Amino acid sequence: MLDSKIPGGQLAEMWDKHRFNLKLVNPANKRKFDVIVVGTGLAGASASATMAELGYNVKAFCIQDSPRRAHSIAAQGGINAAKNYQNDGDSVYRLFYDTVKGGDYRSREANVYRLAQNSNNIIDQCVAQGVPFAREYGGLLANRSFGGAQVSRTFYARGQTGQQLLLGAYNALSRMINAGKVQMYTRTEMLDLIVIDGKARGIVTRNLVTGKFETHVADAVVLCTGGYGNVFYLSTNAMACNVTASWRAHRRGAYFANPCFTQIHPTCIPVHGDFQSKLTLMSESLRNDGRVWVPKKKKDPRKPTDIPENERDYYLERRYPSFGNLVPRDVASRAAKAVCDDGYGVGPTGMAVYLDFADAIRRDGEDAIRERYGNLFHMYQKITDENPYQTPMKIFPAVHYTMGGLWVDYNLMSTVPGLFVLGEANFSDHGANRLGASALMQGLSDGYFVIPYTIGGYFAQAELGKVTADQAECRHVEREARDRVEKLLNVKGKRGVDSFHKELGHLMWNNVGMARNRQGLEEALRRIPEIRKEFWENVNVNGSAEGLNQSLEKAGRVADFLEFAETMALDALTREESCGGHFREEFQTSEGEARRDDDNFAHVAAWEYTGDPAKPTLHKEELEFEYVKLTQRSYK
Amino acid sequence: MSSNTINIKLRVWRQNGPEDSGRFEQYTLDNISTDASFLEMLDVLNDQLIAEGKEPVAFDHDCREGICGTCGAVVNGQAHGPEKGTTLCQTHMRTFGSGQTITLEPFRAKAFPVIRDLVVDRTAFDSITQSGGYVSVRTGSAPDANAIPIGKEHADKAFDAATCIGCGACVAACPNASAMLYVGAKVSYLSLLPQGEVERHDRAKNMVTTMDSLGFGNCSNAGECEEACPKNISVENIARLNRELLKAALV
Ligand SMILES: Cc1cc2nc3c(=O)[nH]c(=O)nc-3n(C[C@H](O)[C@H](O)[C@H](O)COP(=O)(O)OP(=O)(O)OC[C@H]3O[C@@H](n4cnc5c(N)ncnc54)[C@H](O)[C@@H]3O)c2cc1C
Ligand code: FES
Repeated sequence: MLDSKIPGGQLAEMWDKHRFNLKLVNPANKRKFDVIVVGTGLAGASASATMAELGYNVKAFCIQDSPRRAHSIAAQGGINAAKNYQNDGDSVYRLFYDTVKGGDYRSREANVYRLAQNSNNIIDQCVAQGVPFAREYGGLLANRSFGGAQVSRTFYARGQTGQQLLLGAYNALSRMINAGKVQMYTRTEMLDLIVIDGKARGIVTRNLVTGKFETHVADAVVLCTGGYGNVFYLSTNAMACNVTASWRAHRRGAYFANPCFTQIHPTCIPVHGDFQSKLTLMSESLRNDGRVWVPKKKKDPRKPTDIPENERDYYLERRYPSFGNLVPRDVASRAAKAVCDDGYGVGPTGMAVYLDFADAIRRDGEDAIRERYGNLFHMYQKITDENPYQTPMKIFPAVHYTMGGLWVDYNLMSTVPGLFVLGEANFSDHGANRLGASALMQGLSDGYFVIPYTIGGYFAQAELGKVTADQAECRHVEREARDRVEKLLNVKGKRGVDSFHKELGHLMWNNVGMARNRQGLEEALRRIPEIRKEFWENVNVNGSAEGLNQSLEKAGRVADFLEFAETMALDALTREESCGGHFREEFQTSEGEARRDDDNFAHVAAWEYTGDPAKPTLHKEELEFEYVKLTQRSYK
Repeated sequence: MSSNTINIKLRVWRQNGPEDSGRFEQYTLDNISTDASFLEMLDVLNDQLIAEGKEPVAFDHDCREGICGTCGAVVNGQAHGPEKGTTLCQTHMRTFGSGQTITLEPFRAKAFPVIRDLVVDRTAFDSITQSGGYVSVRTGSAPDANAIPIGKEHADKAFDAATCIGCGACVAACPNASAMLYVGAKVSYLSLLPQGEVERHDRAKNMVTTMDSLGFGNCSNAGECEEACPKNISVENIARLNRELLKAALV
């Protein structure tokens, strides 16, 4: 039985009461506990710094050469908080409500409410660190609105919010490294989890520079290793984003929840060639001022600026008059796909729609637009060689974020005691669709304001014997990790790692992407094991395990994607409803909107590894809604 | 988007490890789309090398959006290549002409030892930050965010300095391999804000002392750093750092 450990009582008091009921570790004893934090993006850096401040001994790990380079650095648009500084009717309850609704009623009320409560502390904390959020002329903080909300609650730092928040957390982490309370291991990849007597007690790592394998033991392991969007090969994620840490933990007993819940972001630069290595997001905040349209005539050859107003279809404004261009991401993405599938798409491939700033520039002036989005326009021009101040941007949906992740309870602990999961790596707060500007909020809430308390609750009651890196259980896991690396090097086949990754990504995008159906999913389930089999027979990984070997790093990650993908496709096949980003073509309303099935699917699907990624065991956590009424989501 | 293709010659620095002396190797690449990014061109080169059973060129990269600061190499003598205010990952092949020879080397500086090929070790930057590049504020101890109003002008200036991506191009471009632009940006950003006020003198002193101890050279106002900076961080920040140091010496 999955026990979510949601405290009873009134929603608004749960977190306070829970913190009161958690046993405390006294300050002198905190020094006796060692914590491993894997990943130092927003979730991991904030967690490491805060736990170190409390007195725990932290060892932190990341793949990049510096914690400042985690994928969080790339977040553009902003971070939500229920400050109500704009006096426009926002509140903790409204943020909670919008998030549960935006997630299409597939998240836990208690978690989401806590997230909304913590949101305000996050802004305070970040400002105190010196994070340079946008300000008004009076010196107070500015806000903008984001998709799926009708209030302005998003705090931002030009188009570089993730960068500034991560640097804030990185600074806090640097301070604790300097204080000797955090040992930082950069360019170090976790390859496996060590579980002893049923509890997470350590990890096996490979130093990416020297190639050295190491075992690290601790009293708890906290995974903050981000999302798995790169299973699609092309996504807006940074190149190193992977599923390895989560997947290895899954194989050691952590359940994987809702792996099919992925977010396709509506505003990305369209694919333009088969050499392409990644997709670039154009922040959702652009939809505040940009209007989305396609020509009313199919394959209209005219330049967009030559197409008169009455020959344009502003299809979001037409279909969703009350939210207009600010509908949530899943809705906007599907609408773009629909017009392109119907033949109205623009650009060389016909797989793009216009995002037009002409009206906003006329209204507010070019300078105001530059002030708001300058770096995004600049990036767009760099990539496409077109000037978005003069001609509309071309955009298309792309894989962006993964709502699924390792299952965690209210304390953020997985099904392996002592293994906690934070940030994008867990499944917890966004249900089937994440609202814009909520991932940064969740990562920092988990790291600054949840784990520091709940880990104490675990230590205060867990009976933790001493473990050492040279005991048999640890040596065994380390041996397995080494053998796997040897095996990859010894295949000595003919195809490069990337070609397998591309093949898998292509299959996942076509069959497990924006729209899914039984036939396509069954085909994916047939094809994935075939690709995996060929990978292990024919992959070509040059070089050796000693020293820096980037092909080898990639090979390990692709091998794990090739297992994980199967569980993901199976989850999508099993969930016979449409909700949020999970759109099953068989389950839609007559107007083409997602049709949920609350009677049969108002649950979290948590998969247990059984030795075969095609045959995991399904456990269901039923979701109960006491405060928010389940309705057909409407943004009309 | 135009999709022309070009043929290029590459001279790439190959070095097996920190101990190897390294050398240039030549490669030819045909039919590279001008829409490809510089790093995508390197992907194509690596695919070609792998197919020939050779070791691919090691190079650092992650976001490929110009924000993480991971990528970087010296292209035809310029850190991050010919385009001003642009990281290598955001440089596109349309910047180069067909038939051109492109020479690629790692960022070179005593404080940035080469790990392999184009990959260097920039841990020294982290060490500088650890010695004081922060506001000492514990989680949980912050006042309400709007209790600290900051004039927009100051906030904007601080922001411009805060956009440094820590890539190290400034060090690679400097004839003395100085890190003054990197340190100056961080010190300026925090000293322009009220939150950074209390620790401003110690911060400037400690960061510069650490910088000196790590093998970075002295600043001789050559200004090459600003030229190479993909984020256009201004040398004004070095002047501000010097003022902070002066004030620190007086207190
Ligand atoms: C282009 C873009 C723009 C975005 N914009 C926004 C926005 O405006 N607002 C918003 O709220 N959200 C946004 N998001 C989403 C948000 O940025 C991410 O969800 C969030 O930053 C994830 O943070 P994290 O700390 O969980 O993980 P990450 O930042 O991905 O960090 C993962 C960490 O784990 C490490 N790691 C991974 N695997 C291993 C391993 N095996 N061993 C060791 N270390 C490992 C990595 O090195 C890294 O340090 C955006 C995302 C993208 C792609
Ligand atoms: S790869 Fe991130 S800045 Fe170039």
